[in-house]
Amino acid sequence: MNSRERILASVRKNLPRPAVPLPALSEPNGKRVVSALGYKEHFTNLPEVQHSPEDTELLSSFQKQLEAMGGRWFTVADAASVRAKVSELFPDARVVCSAVPEVPGTRRVERISDPHELDDVDVGVVRSPLAVAEAGAVWLTQSELVVNALGVLAQHLIVLLDPSVVVATLHDAYEQIGLGASPYGLFMAGPSATGDIEGVIIHGAQGARSLTVLIVPPQANGEGVA
Amino acid sequence: MTQAVNPEELAERFIGLEQHEATHDRLVWGMRQNRDKSVAGVPEWEHLRELASQIKEHTLTHLDHYLEQFEQNATKLGTHVHWALDAEEHNSIVYSILRDHGVKSLIKSKSMLQEECAMTPYLQRRGIDVTESDLGERIQQLSKEPPSHIVVPAIHKLRSDVAELFARNLGTDPGNSDPHYLTEAMRQNARPRFMSADAGMTGANFAVAETGGFVVCTNEGNADIGACVPPLHIASIGIEKLIPRARDLGVFIRMLSRSALGSPITQYTSHFHGPRSGGELHVILVDNIRSDRLGSADFWHALKCIRCGACMNTCPVYRRGGGLSYGATYSGPIGVILDPGFNLDKYRELPFHSSLCGSCSEVCPVKIDIADQIYKWRRVVAGNGMLRLTKQVGMSALGAALAHPTLYRGGEAVAQTALSHTPRFLLYNPFNPWGKHREMPTAPGHTFRTWYLKNRRTNELT
Repeated sequence: MNSRERILASVRKNLPRPAVPLPALSEPNGKRVVSALGYKEHFTNLPEVQHSPEDTELLSSFQKQLEAMGGRWFTVADAASVRAKVSELFPDARVVCSAVPEVPGTRRVERISDPHELDDVDVGVVRSPLAVAEAGAVWLTQSELVVNALGVLAQHLIVLLDPSVVVATLHDAYEQIGLGASPYGLFMAGPSATGDIEGVIIHGAQGARSLTVLIVPPQANGEGVA
Repeated sequence: MTQAVNPEELAERFIGLEQHEATHDRLVWGMRQNRDKSVAGVPEWEHLRELASQIKEHTLTHLDHYLEQFEQNATKLGTHVHWALDAEEHNSIVYSILRDHGVKSLIKSKSMLQEECAMTPYLQRRGIDVTESDLGERIQQLSKEPPSHIVVPAIHKLRSDVAELFARNLGTDPGNSDPHYLTEAMRQNARPRFMSADAGMTGANFAVAETGGFVVCTNEGNADIGACVPPLHIASIGIEKLIPRARDLGVFIRMLSRSALGSPITQYTSHFHGPRSGGELHVILVDNIRSDRLGSADFWHALKCIRCGACMNTCPVYRRGGGLSYGATYSGPIGVILDPGFNLDKYRELPFHSSLCGSCSEVCPVKIDIADQIYKWRRVVAGNGMLRLTKQVGMSALGAALAHPTLYRGGEAVAQTALSHTPRFLLYNPFNPWGKHREMPTAPGHTFRTWYLKNRRTNELT
C-alpha cells in the first residue's frame, strides 16, 4: 500500500461513530438565530462593539468596518474624479500600475507577464466585484488583478467599488462569489498589518501599506480610458 | 523513559523576568478582551459555535470521503496532491519537489504543521535557504526558538528584545526599539528575499472538499506574496483541515479572527484553487497521528481545532508562564491535549500545567471539550504509572479525604485555621512549584457548608 491508501485505510478504521449529520446553514439574509446568553449583554451595550449590519445600512457599515481595519474610503463621482483622486492621494507616485479602465496609470497590468516586474509599483489600482459589510472587506480575484501579485506587491492599493455590490455578511458573500472559478481569491480588509511586537498595530508589514476604497459605480462605455 | 519536559521549571524562568511576565499577561488578556467585544457584536455567536462544531464533527466522521473528494477536485484544477503518513515523509516530499525544481531559497509563511514536522531544520541541513516571512515567526527563527503562541509567535518578547535581536542580525540601531522602526526594517529585509525566492510555502487554515481549494488567513499578506511571486507554491495541509462546502467557510471565517484577536476577519483571507497563470501548485495532505487520534473516543474532538489561540489567551497558566514553558510545538490548553498524543513520555507533565478552570472550553469557537480532555490526559498519565512521586503522595491523601465526607469536613475546619496559621514553608516549599510567585487568597471566616446550613431556604431538603 502506498501512503495515500494507508492513510485512507487508517482513517476508515478509526472513523468515530455515530456519524454526525451535516447541519443546514440558514439561508442568506434569512432571519438570524440570536443566542440568549445573559452574560454577553454587558458587552453588547459597550459603545465600541460593532454590531452586525442591517440590510438598510450596508454601505455605511462597510465604511465603518473598513476604517476599523485600517482602511479608508472616498466617494467619487466618475472616472475623471477617480483619476483626480489618485493624483491627489499619491502625488509623488512614480509607478501607478492599473487594472481598471478608469485609470490609465503609468503601467498596464495586462502587459505584465512575470510578477517580479511589479516590485517597483508605488500604487496599484483594481476594481472589486463584491464587498462584505460586517468585515470591511473587498473581494479580489485573478480576473480583476490579472497578475495576483499586484494586490500584495504594490506599496499602496486603491480599490474601486460599486456601492451596490456590498453584502451584509460572509455567509452572503460565499453564496455569491462562485468559489473555485478563479485560482486566486482574496478578501482584503484594510492594508497589511501586524501586532507581532508587543501587540502594537502597524500597517504595511509585508503587503500594501495602505488600502483606499473609492466608491464609484462602474463607468459606461466610452467614459473610461481603455 | 524520555526526559519529560518540565513546564513548571520553564515557566519559572519566564516568571523570573518580571517585566516580561507582566507585559505578556496584559497583551494576551487584551486579546481575550477584544475577542469578547467582537463576539458581543454577533448575536448569533452561540449558534455559529454549534454549527462550526457540527460541521467539523460531520467532516471528521466522514473524513475518508472528503479527503477523496478534495483530492479529485484539486487534481482537476491542476494541483499536484501528495499524501504523507508522518513528519518524515512530509519533509522528504517537500525536499524532493524543491530538488526537482532546482530550488535554492524558500520563503514560507506561518504553518504550525510545518513546525510540527520540524521541516525548516530538515531543509536547511540539505542546503535550502529557508526564510520565515511572518514577522513574529522571523523573530523566533532569528532567536532559534519555537513559536510561543500559534497566532502571535513572539508575544513573550519585549520590544527591547526585538531591537537587540534585529541589531545583531539585521544591523538596525540597537537603541531604537520603536515597533514601527523594527517592522519597517523587517519589511526592507524581507522584500528582496521574496523577490529572489525560488519557491513559496504556506500552510492552510481550511481545505474545501467541494471545490478542491484551500484558504490561508494572515494579517501581513506574507502568505500571498510567497504564493503569488515565486513560480512554485507548496502548501502543507493536515487532514483534519477539511470542510465539506464553500459556504461552510462563512461560519469559520466569521469566527476565526474574532476568536483570535477580536477583528471581524484577518486582513488577508486568501483562497487558492489550482495554480495561478504561469505557476505550479503542490498540496501535501499530512496524517502524522491524526488518523490514530480519530479512533480515540476521548480525544478525537481535538481534531476540530481551527488554531485561533483563544484558549491560550484566556488561560491563567499560559498567560503567566508563557508559551515556551510547554516545551512543545503547541502550547496553551490546546497544546496540553495535543502534545501528549505525539509523545506521552516527553509531554507527561503538561496535563498538570493547568488549573482546570474550564475557561478554554467556554471560548473555543468549535466547542472542543478542552478542560475535560486535560483531565482525561491526567488519567492516561496516572494509568501509565507516570505520575511524579510528589503528586502521587498528595493525590492519594486527597483521594482519601474526598471519599470520606467526615474526613473531608474535619479537614475543611483544619484548613480554615491552617490557611491563616500555616508556616509559610508548608505552602511555599520546593515540592510545590505552584506555590512560588503567588500568595494564597485570604480565607473567609466560615466554610460554604456552615454558610449553607445557616442560610438555606427552610423548605429545602436537609
